[in-house]
Amino acid sequence: MPPAPLPHGGELARTSHWKPYEAVVWVVAALALLVFPQQAALWNEIAILALFAVSLDLVLGYAGILTLGHAAFFGTGCYAAALFAKYALHDPLAGLAVGMLAAAVLGFVTSFLVLRGSELTRLMVTLGVASILYELANRFEGITGGADGLQGVVMGPLLGRFAFGLDAKVACLYSLCVLFLLFLVARRVAHSPFGYSLKAIRDNPTRAAAIGIDVNRRIVAVYTLGAALAGAAGALLAQTTAFASLDVLGFDRSADVMLVLVLGGTGYLYGGVLGAVLFRVLQDALSAWTPQYWQFWLGLVLVVIVLIGHERIVRRWQALLRRLVRDRAAAPMERR
Amino acid sequence: MLTILFDGVAYGMLLFLIASGLAVTLGLMNFVNLAHGAFAMAGGYLAAVLSNRLGVPFIATLPLAFVLSAVLGALLEPTLYRRLYARPPLDQVLFSIGLVFMAVAAVDYFFGATQQFVRLPDWLKGRIDVGGVDIGNYRLFIIVVCGVITAGLQWTVAKTRFGSRLRAAVDDRRVASGLGINVNVVFLATFAFGSGLAGLGGALGAELLGLDPTFPLKYMIYFLIVVAVGGTTTVTGPLLASLLLGVADVAGKYYVPKLGAFIIYSLMIAILLLRPQGLFAPRGSR
Repeated sequence: MPPAPLPHGGELARTSHWKPYEAVVWVVAALALLVFPQQAALWNEIAILALFAVSLDLVLGYAGILTLGHAAFFGTGCYAAALFAKYALHDPLAGLAVGMLAAAVLGFVTSFLVLRGSELTRLMVTLGVASILYELANRFEGITGGADGLQGVVMGPLLGRFAFGLDAKVACLYSLCVLFLLFLVARRVAHSPFGYSLKAIRDNPTRAAAIGIDVNRRIVAVYTLGAALAGAAGALLAQTTAFASLDVLGFDRSADVMLVLVLGGTGYLYGGVLGAVLFRVLQDALSAWTPQYWQFWLGLVLVVIVLIGHERIVRRWQALLRRLVRDRAAAPMERR
Repeated sequence: MLTILFDGVAYGMLLFLIASGLAVTLGLMNFVNLAHGAFAMAGGYLAAVLSNRLGVPFIATLPLAFVLSAVLGALLEPTLYRRLYARPPLDQVLFSIGLVFMAVAAVDYFFGATQQFVRLPDWLKGRIDVGGVDIGNYRLFIIVVCGVITAGLQWTVAKTRFGSRLRAAVDDRRVASGLGINVNVVFLATFAFGSGLAGLGGALGAELLGLDPTFPLKYMIYFLIVVAVGGTTTVTGPLLASLLLGVADVAGKYYVPKLGAFIIYSLMIAILLLRPQGLFAPRGSR
């Protein structure tokens, strides 16, 4: 039986419906905080990492921009929020906005650098931008605190009422809410015609341009958006730990977030969330086992993932998520 | 002034020696190999262990470092790298970052996190004065060795049968194998040779570059710059790029130590913006 013709825009509306497994993810996240409140600091870290990975997913998974310097935006958001709290206002939400704005401006400016050239050129330029920021943060110790980190960040209470306590419950709730809200934004973008045009650009820029997509403008737009979200993640880290240190700009951070995303799978947003949980569990397990050499096993995991093929892992995850909630009515799996 | 130039040239030659193997894998085979520095580190550590613990003279450790790294490359190419030639760059980046993490942690496990030193023979320690320019014997030695190898490299790629096979295999894999060239063997040999050169460079430069487990990460961007800026179609492109990088880095650290690597990175981005294919790419190339 031929399928009934869909009304205009029906396909997009259908695929952007909330699936049961998506609700499960967020309910589990909320339950985690309720059931294990003593682990709030850990959930906070995971939420921040997840947001960072989601921002990378927009840039790498959707638009296909291979970047080795995504930490530049994370670090910018982190330092901007920390400096704002130290010298201007203690209000967290204002600081979050400042962090996002700073990262978005940097993202907008540097997005013009990734428009040209081959993969190698992009790789080098993104890596170079992050390295430059690292060097600057390291040299201008008077502002950033240099290698000692930025001390003396004081955070005011959230919404003027909820103070950040030592048990990190407020911090965790704050990060989770920000993650959820910004995830909604990313989800909306990913399921919009704009999001689909990004996938077209990723799969074949020449053809995308031929069917009338303005490739350069869209790359600029998504790179800026990704930078803003990464900046939000950085700002959250600065605010909830009241500290900013040089490693937020380091190469390790860019590499780690890439691993997070690949663990969870690229190109469907939940990969970032899932990957963040897996990464932290893996990291905790490995560093409890071999405190000094856990990076070896992390590297091994990366190598094995690549040899198996990370796209296969994505499909496995999606199938697992669906089976968990018996989501039989779900849309047919996306073909690549 | 001239001393800085001289030191910069020595540093640049060293970078070229290590990065030349990367120019082949990254530029010619299109493989984004971030783990190239790990081969250099292997050579450096071998030299350090042999000369310090077993008392092997420094000069004798150099060919051994070359052989060890080449064997390592020859083992890894067919088992791991070859499977990834056709994969997207993201896979190659992840894979080689994974290898770097493993190499860093493994070296840390076996040799500790402290910096290693290679015992130089006395005749390399002195300095000589040539027309008012203060020249270190060790750096002179580096320049001579690297210069000879570079000339050999240029001759091999341009004039020998193997060189033309390599260029053919790189230009078009399928046609080359159709002409009876065993592409796999050519790539294997090239990869092993490039790794060997990196190992030799690592051993030769252990004193100059500093050798500790984070070596592959610390110099990764430098090796990549050499290839990205120098282009990959010739031997001379990366050579000039490394000399430029070496001199700029040494001069920058001497005159404006505050800004350090900042100048290098900015320069690289500027060059890549103006010439995305590298500084010395011939017109109309890929």
